[in-house]
Amino acid sequence: MLTCKQASQFISASLDRPLSLRERLALKLHLLICKYCKRFSQQVSAMRVALRTMVSSIENDNSIKMPSLAKDRITALVEKNQ
Amino acid sequence: MTTANIHNWLDEHGDYLYRFALARLRDPHQAEDVVQETFLAAIKSANFAEQSAPRTWLTGILKHKIIDVMRKNVRETVVSDIIDESEDMTDDDFFDAKGHWVDKPQDWGMPVGALEQKQFLGVLQACMEKLPSKLAQLFLMRDVHETDNEEICKELNITATNAWVMLYRARLGLRKCLEINWIGV
Repeated sequence: MLTCKQASQFISASLDRPLSLRERLALKLHLLICKYCKRFSQQVSAMRVALRTMVSSIENDNSIKMPSLAKDRITALVEKNQ
Repeated sequence: MTTANIHNWLDEHGDYLYRFALARLRDPHQAEDVVQETFLAAIKSANFAEQSAPRTWLTGILKHKIIDVMRKNVRETVVSDIIDESEDMTDDDFFDAKGHWVDKPQDWGMPVGALEQKQFLGVLQACMEKLPSKLAQLFLMRDVHETDNEEICKELNITATNAWVMLYRARLGLRKCLEINWIGV
């Protein structure tokens, strides 16, 4: 039987690599009886989703513009390197 | 390709590319620099006159430039420092000798609706800032940029186990910080 520490390590690892069959089964069994690790698992997945949401919300925020000084600089550089 | 075309591209796609970079690097100056490098690489490319979907093409170049900067950001600190930095936040703060949770994960209400989502993201961002910076960068590389683990290890010259331990600690720390600071419904 996994301890919570081991289970949390498997949960984190599962976000970075595929677990082996043995690891998957052991984790599944632990999650069936441990609501705390189940929560941990849901929460770390939610953090990943939230971070990706954060990135796409900045990406789609039309009010954020590149400073015009930077644009001028790029234009000048492009002309020089043309 | 004429200069006029590049000007059009800068007008039409410059702000988008800038936001794309800013969302990932967080640093306005670094974001400007990678967009600049992207346009310079674009005009030097032999086949850029034939691009029918310039935004997609430019974004593809930009992605590589962003990953280069992220690697450099992480590499600037010797990797042993990353491990040392996070040494004060070991697993022992989270588990007792028998491997039980010291503080059992509590139920947070997950954010519902746009306003709560925004607040949640604010707390998450504040929590990221409390992580040792290189740990946070590594975590971003992995969880947001979906950089391959193998690639991270190769670039940082660390073992898979090291990378894995660092990501694990980042997640334990972030989760804990969110639990303390985020009050859901």
